[in-house]
Amino acid sequence: MTDVTPQEAEFIPPAEVAEVELYHPHSWWTKYVFSQDAKVIAIQYASTAMAIGFVALVLSWLMRLKLGFPDTFSFITPDAYYQFMTMHGMIMVIYLLTALFLGGFGNYLIPLMVGARDMVFPYVNMLSYWIYLLAVLVLVGSFFAPGGPTGAGWTLYPPQAITSGTPGGQSWGIILMLISLILFIIGFTMGGLNYVVTVLQGRTRGMTLMRLPLTVWGIFTATVMALLAFPALFVACVMMLFDRLIGSSFFMPAVVDMGTPLDHNGGSPLLWQHLFWFFGHPEVYIVALPAFGIVSDLIATHARKNIFGYRMMVWAIIIIGALSFVVWAHHMYVSGMYPYFGFFFATTTLIIAVPTAIKVYNWVLTLWRGNIHLTLPMLFALAFIVTFVNGGLSGLFLGNVVVDVPLSDTMFVVAHFHMVMGVGPVLVVFGAIYHWYPKITGRMLNETLGRIHFWVTFIGTYLIFFPMHYIGLIGIPRRYPELGDTAFIPPSVYTLNEFITVAALVVGAAQLVFLFNLFWSLRYGKEAGDNPWRATTLEWQTAGTPPPHGNFGKELPVVYRWAYDYSVPGAPEDFIPQNDPRPLTQGGPA
Amino acid sequence: MAIALVLVLVVVGSVLFHVLSPWWSTPIASNWSYIDNTLVITFWITGTVFTAVVLFMAYCVYRFRHKEGAKADYAPENRKLESWLTIVTAVGVAALLAPGLVVWSHFITVPKDATEVEVVAQQWQWNFRLPGVDGKLGTSNTRLVSADNPLGINPDDPDNKNNIIVIAADLHLPIGKPVNMVMRSIDVLHDFYVPEFRARMDLVPGMVTHFWFTPTRTGTFEVLCAKLCGVGHAFMRGVVKVDTEQDYQAWLQQQQTFAQMTAAAQKTGALEHPAGSTNEVAAKAN
Repeated sequence: MTDVTPQEAEFIPPAEVAEVELYHPHSWWTKYVFSQDAKVIAIQYASTAMAIGFVALVLSWLMRLKLGFPDTFSFITPDAYYQFMTMHGMIMVIYLLTALFLGGFGNYLIPLMVGARDMVFPYVNMLSYWIYLLAVLVLVGSFFAPGGPTGAGWTLYPPQAITSGTPGGQSWGIILMLISLILFIIGFTMGGLNYVVTVLQGRTRGMTLMRLPLTVWGIFTATVMALLAFPALFVACVMMLFDRLIGSSFFMPAVVDMGTPLDHNGGSPLLWQHLFWFFGHPEVYIVALPAFGIVSDLIATHARKNIFGYRMMVWAIIIIGALSFVVWAHHMYVSGMYPYFGFFFATTTLIIAVPTAIKVYNWVLTLWRGNIHLTLPMLFALAFIVTFVNGGLSGLFLGNVVVDVPLSDTMFVVAHFHMVMGVGPVLVVFGAIYHWYPKITGRMLNETLGRIHFWVTFIGTYLIFFPMHYIGLIGIPRRYPELGDTAFIPPSVYTLNEFITVAALVVGAAQLVFLFNLFWSLRYGKEAGDNPWRATTLEWQTAGTPPPHGNFGKELPVVYRWAYDYSVPGAPEDFIPQNDPRPLTQGGPA
Repeated sequence: MAIALVLVLVVVGSVLFHVLSPWWSTPIASNWSYIDNTLVITFWITGTVFTAVVLFMAYCVYRFRHKEGAKADYAPENRKLESWLTIVTAVGVAALLAPGLVVWSHFITVPKDATEVEVVAQQWQWNFRLPGVDGKLGTSNTRLVSADNPLGINPDDPDNKNNIIVIAADLHLPIGKPVNMVMRSIDVLHDFYVPEFRARMDLVPGMVTHFWFTPTRTGTFEVLCAKLCGVGHAFMRGVVKVDTEQDYQAWLQQQQTFAQMTAAAQKTGALEHPAGSTNEVAAKAN
């Protein structure tokens, strides 16, 4: 295995990659709109993702109002509830988190962190964003289509996704949903190829793979996974579109739709579930791995300490990425699939807990004997660990096949996945924005507003989702707009539901504070300078802030060390940038 | 500083909530107490890990928070510690998995003496079919579903004559006898979920699924649909009554067989369309 840090006189090879000719914009349009600069594309991706994410947030308020106060909000019909629910889930998972982590942070950070001028295919990168935008517009369009958006649940399980008992099933909703997903995948593939090739081919001299910051490892591995997983969803969407539009029977057996026999015959609803989760489970880690990577860097930087066990962290990311392709049917334990699959998928699912636990240990061990600055990014990182550990551990209930049987499709599941892949990654998104906003804009985000945002979000989301597990434990199914007169549900559950709704609205209000801060600080934030956090990685060593097109000055930086030389004994300062050629007083890990 | 305190409060609050809150699984009514035991083991192991990790974090934040002139340690790796943590985690995971898999093997092994009961779901009601005196369920086909034959039962199959048909009404089961629930759906996915029984399974159009359990106490239990099945999903309820053998037999005598049902339908011209109840649910849903 290679050394993470160089010996004193390590030979730095001459540049093998020629300087790229960048397309320099000639007009306002090509600079800010049809830009080929990854940093502009990143901001476009992030802004679009956050805008549509905000829609999904509002939808969650409407759902919570219905659940908390069903009598007051009786005008929210089950049809509307299912449409809100479906759109909320789909937007949050795909159009917000996937797009924001990979299209947003990936675009901004990969070229800067690996020491490249830009992505390797800037034009394709630009197309990626515009196709993503089109996908979002088609999705938004479905809100205005006759019959409204689909209400099939974000899993879009057939047959109900395309039959008449489901909102949008026999109207435009499901069609537009499938088209939007297909577009998203096309757009993502264009961006994804860029991220992968840039990490593999675009690194500057001295930037070996084992010197990459974990942020890049996380985004890179997630992108590779997405390129392998999204095709499964792509074909599944195409097949369902055929079933819906031309009467084929990929997923449709002979069924009766509200008393009318349909012409379909011989299709398999389970086939969709396998294809969907072959994508859907890696998708969880497509969202989680960038968060893992980013949070590692936030903790190291703000604890002024190298990440503990860097190589183990890299291998854990890779192993989690690989294992996540062989666990998908743990979403299907009670689906009626071949029962012996239960043994295999429960085993693989629980094995994945081991590398995941290692990551958690290494984060908290990085804090041990650190010099912990309780900055906003650090606070969000700490909150992420709590939330993620909680959500990860509840995954051990659901992954362990027989324990899942009574809990499957209950509110326990909703609580679990919101903790682990909703709130957890979103806390990292916030931490990352507080961390990199100074580089992106040149100004710091307002600290007071940030702290209000942090405390309300962290405590509020915990209060929402921790008790929710117990609602599921009682046996209350998910996807119920109201609980009805049900004997086994104690009245206290209704009170708890009201409490959760209030907490959700308060947390929602805190996001408005954050949104305000983003705009306010753009103008009035404190000047940041080039490296406000005194961080080691290359994006903080640029000539200007925000970095110009081409990222670095006349010459690309040359990398001499790993990304985690914090508090090196004998060094004059408590960080040594990756491009600092001074020999070390002590080596890194042998 | 506040954050260290809050982290401790998160742990203390979560543990207290777990112990003191009134919300817990419904009282069990089947043989699957194994599942509950595995669940409790999982709570213990995961609760311990959660407490340990978050308290350790809280301590670190308190002890190693930035102070003027402080400097962090430089400690990139510790092979020994990392290996130990990996091994301990692997053991913990194995301790969760092993009992889980043992119970799963019980779960998927239907006892030989289990009686079959068919569940047929449709949007948005539960129907049932029980074997007649010969103990056999006859063949069926979704293509045969009609107003007179809502379950799509094959009229040419002699095994079907004595089958007992229960349309959108309560299912009764005798206490203490293992039952294999054989399940079909004629439209979309459903899930036969009685929280008190713990065991459950999806119903999938185009295939027959099953699960088994033994009712262990008498009473009335609500059947919920736990797989999104359209706008009436939350209102798709049914009832299972677990009876003593005597009460069960009394109920059984009152049920109509497929032959009786067909004869009655021919007499009156047609049965009420099963979609009648469906519309009722849809009206409520809207």
